[in-house]
Amino acid sequence: MTTANTEPKAHSHGLGQIPVSKLDTHGSHDVNDFPIPNGREEEWRFTPLRRLKGLHDWKGTADGTDETVVDAPEGVTVETVGREDERLGTAGLPVDRVIAQAYSAFEQATVVTVPRSLVSDKPITIDRKGLGGTAFEQLVIDVQPLAEVTVIITNTGSGVRAGSLDVHVGEGAKLNLVSLQEWDSDAVEVSQHNARVGKDASFKSVIITLGGDLVRLSPRVSYTGRGGNAELYGLYFAGDDQHHEHRSLIDHNLSNTRSRVDYKGALSGAGAHTVWIGDVIIGEGTEGTDSYENNRNLQLTDDTRVDSVPNLEIFTGEVQGAGHASASGRLDDIHLFYLRSRGIPEEEARRLIIRGYFLDIVNRIDDQDLRDHVMEKVERKLAAHE
Amino acid sequence: MTKFEIRGLRADVLISEDERQEILKGVDLTINSGETHAIMGPNGSGKSTLAYAVAGHPRYEITDGEVLLDGENVLEMEVDERARAGVFLAMQYPVEVPGVSMSNFLRSSVTSVRGEAPKLRQFSKELQGAMKNLAIDPSFAARGVNEGFSGGEKKRHEILQLELLKPKVAILDETDSGLDVDALKVVSEGINRAQNENDMGVMLITHYTRILEYVKPDHVHVFADGRIAESGGPELAQVLESEGYERFVKVGA
Ligand SMILES: Nc1ncnc2c1ncn2[C@@H]1O[C@H](COP(=O)(O)OP(=O)(O)OP(=O)(O)O)[C@@H](O)[C@H]1O
Ligand SMILES: [Mg+2]
Repeated sequence: MTTANTEPKAHSHGLGQIPVSKLDTHGSHDVNDFPIPNGREEEWRFTPLRRLKGLHDWKGTADGTDETVVDAPEGVTVETVGREDERLGTAGLPVDRVIAQAYSAFEQATVVTVPRSLVSDKPITIDRKGLGGTAFEQLVIDVQPLAEVTVIITNTGSGVRAGSLDVHVGEGAKLNLVSLQEWDSDAVEVSQHNARVGKDASFKSVIITLGGDLVRLSPRVSYTGRGGNAELYGLYFAGDDQHHEHRSLIDHNLSNTRSRVDYKGALSGAGAHTVWIGDVIIGEGTEGTDSYENNRNLQLTDDTRVDSVPNLEIFTGEVQGAGHASASGRLDDIHLFYLRSRGIPEEEARRLIIRGYFLDIVNRIDDQDLRDHVMEKVERKLAAHE
Repeated sequence: MTKFEIRGLRADVLISEDERQEILKGVDLTINSGETHAIMGPNGSGKSTLAYAVAGHPRYEITDGEVLLDGENVLEMEVDERARAGVFLAMQYPVEVPGVSMSNFLRSSVTSVRGEAPKLRQFSKELQGAMKNLAIDPSFAARGVNEGFSGGEKKRHEILQLELLKPKVAILDETDSGLDVDALKVVSEGINRAQNENDMGVMLITHYTRILEYVKPDHVHVFADGRIAESGGPELAQVLESEGYERFVKVGA
């Protein structure tokens, strides 16, 4: 069993349980290990707590219901299990109070198992429609060695949702995960994606966040074998008063691991706020890490707010590549001029440029219909502000 | 018969929020359909400024004068309206627009300028033909607009757009610079084709007489210090090439 850098471990000079990295957060499954946040904490300072609908200070009973349809190719098992199931919570500890709250309170969980060597062209689709209320959830996706599969999670509807998605990508396995946040405009989602990427395994996550009142997603990756590759892509588009927050952490706890993080966002309309936190840790004693992270934001109107914070912490001299970039700005008026100088009306020119801006992220989705679907949603959001 | 008139045009370059500088200091020029006017002049004299100001580039502001296309006030039109009215600018430094494919861009632009979407098959045939004429590899259609194109490749694509959009008047800003000898010929043929097909008026900004061997000017103008300093026939180009611009440049300017 390998120990991830983000879990407390005994330090050599006798200080006991102290984190190796500043980026470390004390993870725990127990909500009582986290004080109630006041909004000044590092991990909460960008999030409007009052819009969490009580998640950070939960006292009620979870009354939410979903209508969920799972479609899985033959050979894949989908189980509904209780709290006692040993496969739950094994890919990473909750790192904030809301996620721990969800772990402490959930009643049922779903476990999807893709057996060894199963290679499927047909994706596993999980369509979840929130029917209101508050619900705590746990989902496990276990892709066993040498299996290859795509999982597409589509979130729609209304409600307040919090929980974890635990992903295991076994040795030599390959998982493409697409998660669409197409919530109604009053929905709240706070969730953590934990992925453990095995030896020579490959994990690709494409997160598309377009809906909701507040969406806060924390994708986290660590490795269980050398040669693991993780790619995290994201597209978000915050309209009027929407808060979209993505906080990724890649823990290069083993040698010869690779990661790419590329998130692109757009903001349009009063009160639109996006947050991207990109943490990368290159662990002590490791070598041959190859890591790069990038975040871009396009502010389509003036009354929007962007926070973009890359953090890279390196604890070894033997790095193959490590870099980050972050840039936020307005639509380039010279790009617009060029297209318009060829007769293309302003609105259409804007649309072309914004499509182009998102294209490389959308192209990370393998399925053409799904790519078209995402582009269409993006254009609809654009149209709302023309 | 089209008449393109620039009258007493003055324009500033907008340097920053509160800084600007006058570059065009009263430009007068009339181009009739079918005519080719070569504009030559020293670096920094304002030739590109003239081209950009006419096209409506956001970094320039016109302070006085007018630009008329068959009597219509071009300066009152939006940038895209100017193009649809028949004014085309081939830029000295064409802009890269990442992620927008050349083929999508060209189809949108042709649709806008012609006022209706061309039939897909017909358009792709037309595009392939036009690309072939300009010795552009078909693979460019799938690339981003000017994205990573070499200097010469960008210039060829400007002329490709010229040929597809069939404007009434074309301003070609140093389309010849950056072209190898073969490309210069191919591009010049493209300009001539567009002119013959459409009786287009041409304003050809250049530093070299070489292109003028292929694209024959009816008039040559010397552009210096923000205005036309002298005009003449094709022979003026030869004079400029051998004597330079010394006598047009103010001492100490
Ligand atoms: N942003 C700017 N700040 C200051 N000066 C500027 C700016 N943009 C343009 N200029 C100046 O405007 C003048 C005219 O430039 P322009 O590009 O029109 O010249 P040109 O005649 O096309 O030159 P060339 O032959 O080199 O292409 C130049 O002196 C240039 O330095
Ligand atoms: Mg110039």
